[in-house]
Amino acid sequence: MNPLKQIWKHPTRRWGLLFLGPVVAAFIIGFVWPFVQGIWLSLCKFRLISDAEFIGFGNFARALEDPSFRHAFWYTALFAGVSLVLINVLAFMVAYLLTQGIKGSNLFRTVFFMPNLIGGIVLGYIWSMIFDGVLSMYSTSILMETKYGFWGLIILMLWQQIGYMMIIYIAGLQAVPEDMLEAAKIDGANRRQTLFRVIIPNVMPSITICTFLSLTNGFKLFDQNMALTAGQPFVIQPDGSSIKTTEMLALNIFNTFYSSNTASPGVGQAKAVLFFILVAGLGLIQLRFTRKREVQQ
Amino acid sequence: MKKAFALLLAAVMVLCLFAGCTNDAKPADDAKGSVYWLNFKPELDETLQDLAKTYTDKTGVSVKVVTAASGTYSQTLTSEMDKSSAPTLFVIGNQAGVKQWKDYALDLKGTAIEKELNTDAYNLYDESGKLVSIGYCYECYGIIANPTLIEQAGHTMDEIKNFAGLKAVAEDIHARAAELGFDAFSSSDMDSSSSWRFTGHMANLEYFYEERDAGGWTECPATLNGKYMENFKNLYDLCINNSLTAPTDLATGGHDAENEFKTGKAAFFVNGSWEYAAVSEAVPNATMIPYYCGVEGEEKAGLNCGTENCWAVNAKASEADQKATIDFMVWLVTDPDASAKMVNQLGIMPYKSAVTSTNGFLNDAAKYTSNGCYVMDWATNYQPNVNEYRAALVSALNAYNADQSDANWEAVKTAFVEGWATQYNNANR
Repeated sequence: MNPLKQIWKHPTRRWGLLFLGPVVAAFIIGFVWPFVQGIWLSLCKFRLISDAEFIGFGNFARALEDPSFRHAFWYTALFAGVSLVLINVLAFMVAYLLTQGIKGSNLFRTVFFMPNLIGGIVLGYIWSMIFDGVLSMYSTSILMETKYGFWGLIILMLWQQIGYMMIIYIAGLQAVPEDMLEAAKIDGANRRQTLFRVIIPNVMPSITICTFLSLTNGFKLFDQNMALTAGQPFVIQPDGSSIKTTEMLALNIFNTFYSSNTASPGVGQAKAVLFFILVAGLGLIQLRFTRKREVQQ
Repeated sequence: MKKAFALLLAAVMVLCLFAGCTNDAKPADDAKGSVYWLNFKPELDETLQDLAKTYTDKTGVSVKVVTAASGTYSQTLTSEMDKSSAPTLFVIGNQAGVKQWKDYALDLKGTAIEKELNTDAYNLYDESGKLVSIGYCYECYGIIANPTLIEQAGHTMDEIKNFAGLKAVAEDIHARAAELGFDAFSSSDMDSSSSWRFTGHMANLEYFYEERDAGGWTECPATLNGKYMENFKNLYDLCINNSLTAPTDLATGGHDAENEFKTGKAAFFVNGSWEYAAVSEAVPNATMIPYYCGVEGEEKAGLNCGTENCWAVNAKASEADQKATIDFMVWLVTDPDASAKMVNQLGIMPYKSAVTSTNGFLNDAAKYTSNGCYVMDWATNYQPNVNEYRAALVSALNAYNADQSDANWEAVKTAFVEGWATQYNNANR
């Protein structure tokens, strides 16, 4: 029978649709509609979204020829790559240590998780004070060198994200079947072999979700970037333009949107659509890649 | 029956979700119109809320004042203007704002509020000559000085009539700072809470003299020639090298320049008339001197007077609302009590019937003018794509502060002069 008819035939399922209603409505109002409108606006010239004028793909052309957008892309990609590796390696290590039955591991877990509860802007300012407190001893500042800005942001993100990923890894580690570990022991596997042949394949689902989260977080990073360096230092080009050496994609989109050209909101919007395609695409590729390595228990 | 009841209940619950969205700000009487002012100055908020209430009690016209958080005006304006009850009164403070918002601004030429003005100097026009916004107060900036400290150092204010005089006094004080117990300049931090004093204000001396050479600007010039960069450098160098804080420590910020001046740790403080209330209690004889920078004839220079506080009326609001808004504006600048409260907060208002100012620095500005000195107007308001332009300048100045080499000064010059052209193109192409 037609599945739709089947749903309709059972009264409980019929009512199910009604109960889904509010969630679906909220999803449409809060996500689908703004998303569709965002795509539409990327094809328009507008100052206010209520009087947008359709202009076609001009915004996309301008977005792609903007050197600052290209710089922000490569910088963000580098940042996302480095933070992805470091966050996951360190989070896994911490999770592994804290599932070895060390005394006080609950306290450690709580402490490591806590940085997650602080908002990005606050974190950015706090860390800029910490970094500058140290760097001022050498008469410099995090705003003076690109490498300080880059590693500063990496340290900030590690500090914030490791605790969160750690929780996911701990859940994964605790779900590794005892009998498998015991079997490995009986078979004479050493710790290293147990880790790489038994534990890691079994926590692949956690790795999938953690790499997905840290990759997309890396690309979407905004508040921390704005509060910590806001793109400083700039390299002033001979023609008077400048490259904001630590500006990431999301901040670049924000700055574009609010610059004074009459077309800039449209260009910012076009960049945002490109940004979505990029992040969604990368996320899907990564999911496929790690899913393949997951094992069935 | 039960089913029908459940259905009804569910429907009511869903409706309740949307009830929060209904517009509860409808004025009692549509014909009277209503006023919604999106305010730009957080420090003015309390006064405005108070005045709005007084006006509503008096006339029955509803007045709503919303203040955008510091530094977020353009974001707030963008989202508020999109609402069905958009602001009827908002701020277009500079040429970049004119470019963005002119289509939403009513031509104020010939309106009742325009007739109350005593000068056209603070009004903004677009390229077609439409009066987009009119100044409701003006301010001045320059170098705030503490005459008592200068006398303690064995100098007088009369010695400071040009750059050479200022330099001699400042360098002498700095050299003897340990002995005197105070330094020449307070810190010139480059963080976002302070950098505008240099990238927005001090930079004006360069723009102003270029503008004067050109016979006045009526719109943003596409390029600068950078002829007065040396003069900017003169004053900037003096300021960072004769200060409480080493130039290498300026990028981070965190030095409270206002407090340094108030507590007598520094004799000079680069800032504007809005500081009067804050410093006059501690330094009652504080006075403001012009940006002396080594330009020929600068003995005749006055303070930098201008404003970014300009009212614009929403062209897309209903006629009744526009009229109510203009009536409210006229009331603010003509009613003795209302204008007194406004002037008390704002310093001075360029309107015929507004009360006179009690701000010492604005009175200094008037004194210079009446002594025949030229007013340095705010050419800085023409800065194209202002946030991007200033951010680049801050970055270049940071590098220069850390190492005052010629190469680093060249980068400052590039950001200043070529950066202008670049941002002009970005804003206008």
